[in-house]
Amino acid sequence: MGLISFLKEKFSKKKNENVDSYTEAMAKSRQNFSNRLNALSKKYKKVNQEYFEDLEEILIESDVGVNLTLKIIDEMLQISKEKKITDSEELNELLIDHLFSGYMAKGDNLTEVRFQENGPTVLLVVGVNGVGKTTTIAKLAYRYLQQGKSVLLVAADTFRAGASEQLQIWADRLKIEVVTGPYNSDPSSVAYDGLSKAKKENIDLVIVDVSGRLHNKQYLMDELSKLNRVIGKCIPGAPHETFLIIDATTGQNGVVQAKAFAEICPLTGVVITKMDGTSKGGIILAIRDELGVPVRFIGLGEKMTDLKEFDLESYIYGLCVGE
Amino acid sequence: MAFENLTEKLSRIFKKLRGQARLTESNMDEMLKEIRVALLEADVNYKVVKEFINNVKEKAIGQEVLTKLNPSQMITKIVHDELEALLGGGENEIKYQANKPTVILLVGLQGSGKTTTAGKLAYLMKNKLHKKVLLAAADVYRPAAIEQLEQIAKSVNVPLINKGTNVSPVEIAKEAKQVAFNDHYDVLIIDTAGRIAIDEKLMDELNQIKNEINPDEILLVVDAMSGQDAVNVAKAFNDLLALTGVVITKLDGDARGGAALSIRHMTGVPIKFSGVGEKVSDLDVFHADRMADRILGMGDVMTLVEKVQEEVDEKEAKKTANKMMSGKFGLDDMLAQMKQIQKMGSLGGLLRLIPGMPKITPEQQAAAEKEMRNFQIIIDSMTLEERQNPSIFQYSRKIRVANGCGKQVSDVNRVLKKYDQMKEMMKQMEQYKKTGRMPPGMGGMGGFPRY
Repeated sequence: MGLISFLKEKFSKKKNENVDSYTEAMAKSRQNFSNRLNALSKKYKKVNQEYFEDLEEILIESDVGVNLTLKIIDEMLQISKEKKITDSEELNELLIDHLFSGYMAKGDNLTEVRFQENGPTVLLVVGVNGVGKTTTIAKLAYRYLQQGKSVLLVAADTFRAGASEQLQIWADRLKIEVVTGPYNSDPSSVAYDGLSKAKKENIDLVIVDVSGRLHNKQYLMDELSKLNRVIGKCIPGAPHETFLIIDATTGQNGVVQAKAFAEICPLTGVVITKMDGTSKGGIILAIRDELGVPVRFIGLGEKMTDLKEFDLESYIYGLCVGE
Repeated sequence: MAFENLTEKLSRIFKKLRGQARLTESNMDEMLKEIRVALLEADVNYKVVKEFINNVKEKAIGQEVLTKLNPSQMITKIVHDELEALLGGGENEIKYQANKPTVILLVGLQGSGKTTTAGKLAYLMKNKLHKKVLLAAADVYRPAAIEQLEQIAKSVNVPLINKGTNVSPVEIAKEAKQVAFNDHYDVLIIDTAGRIAIDEKLMDELNQIKNEINPDEILLVVDAMSGQDAVNVAKAFNDLLALTGVVITKLDGDARGGAALSIRHMTGVPIKFSGVGEKVSDLDVFHADRMADRILGMGDVMTLVEKVQEEVDEKEAKKTANKMMSGKFGLDDMLAQMKQIQKMGSLGGLLRLIPGMPKITPEQQAAAEKEMRNFQIIIDSMTLEERQNPSIFQYSRKIRVANGCGKQVSDVNRVLKKYDQMKEMMKQMEQYKKTGRMPPGMGGMGGFPRY
């Protein structure tokens, strides 16, 4: 039994909240990819060159990236030759198997934040401008408040107009505190204040919001590096988690971003936002392939509750299996 | 700027061809394959790439190419022309209404940079075009979006229509237009909430705004980092609203921006502006032809020239120039000139506009900017007399200055050496004034540290 039929069977029985919201929110992207994949197998009863050309188009248009796409195609060609598989439907199943095991082979597959046994757990959230860092932080705070943790927010985005107000509004809605600093002040000093407060009050989770920065701006990356050091000095071992937020609409620059941020502050996870749009988020596979960093959560809307644990099965199911 | 990676790629491919006397089917195939991969890596839409490659192939295989003396030049030209055609060609500007306010509606996905762009447009129209500009905040959904625009409006010194978050965006837009009319504004810029293209309710809201106020311009704001789906998003917005233009943002990143450019190709909507930084002044009019040049590694000389003209305080520059000519040029003047150059934005951004300098790494940029800062620190530690007449520097003075600013004597020497170089250049300038011939390598860029 190929993975695709395995998943079909699994999900037809399994009806949980997770799959439902994936199914709902990603209906659009899923339809696209799966319909095309289905059409592909109908169009080409027997695999030929055109089949692979179309497969290439499908993968590239999902933002999987040229390199990974070419690699996947090469491997699929190899497999089809070796196993003498010419039936396109069979090959589709192998493809999904391949994507699945390819992801799994690249490292661990965590989702939830790993909490420290003693003292505050510090989560640093980084990313380029406009990916949804602040909204994601609110969603994460909500998630862990629901789990009975105490949460403190630190608005170390002292640069963008309206940034700390935005976090403040979320904090008010969540009824938690947020530590802010004056406009244009040193983000490190705001972080220092926040962490000192967290230590004193024995907060479970501190989430540090920094201003969006393009990863090719040296001075901003230097600033981030300093912030990272200051956090580590204030609480040894911190930040315990560093999440890179990536917009699902991002193209191949996503890999470059991930690499650049990973150099400055070792990433422990990726959160993909705006997955409720029409983008396929193929960058998930590309980033995993290049860096091995696991996708921890995905954002599916603008509400506090619109954050789900990343579930590879659901993701691939959503991406590949038709209605 | 955006396309440096693609630029590097193409120039590498062309370099490969340079050694070959003739353009053959096989070596062209290899080149086209590489161009194809480069374009796809640049997030140019798959279908656009396909068309592009086919067009280039047709033109190249066609006629004179094989008989040309320099096949790589020929291919460069074909690729350039095709890229330019793909980018749209020509300049695309806002059409301002004569006797009534020009109403501009900004739309786009979440996080594409609409609010920042609203501020930049206001700045550009107010300061460069001397328009009377009004901003309106119609993003009632994202927390603190209005506060963000309020702070930006304040910094640009432009009034803002702010009705809070309990009024419908349609009402806000209507009222803003009324105010713009009554108070004789030249331009009204309306910022709307980010929305995904498949959110029917929010898309319908945009449609209502459009029908109510009938804007002169509807600009789609697109992130340069967008992937393959950007074309579908643009199509959805365009089908509903009939867009009049596109603004590409975050071009100061290293994303190659291919997707945003395929929007032009797939929807026919012209690209009007490009966002190139986080400051309010960081918005450029989009030039398709220059962008094509840039893609091919020919630099963007015109943009550089415009940027220099705009940002250099002319009086200050003239003062320095006069001092240079009269030989009364001191270290303070050198510093002033260096500051002028710094004012033009990050040195890196500027350097990358200059042809033949595509390979400056961010580290090198940082080093260059650090050098400038060091110069300032050292000069700040000198006495007035020393600054005006650096020839009095002896070893003891150098030691004093070095100690004063916590640097080495060798650092002080570097400043003085730079000064001597500039003085030397001034002598050549004098020569130029007399003979009317420009000495080689002189473009008034004396402040640039050497690499």
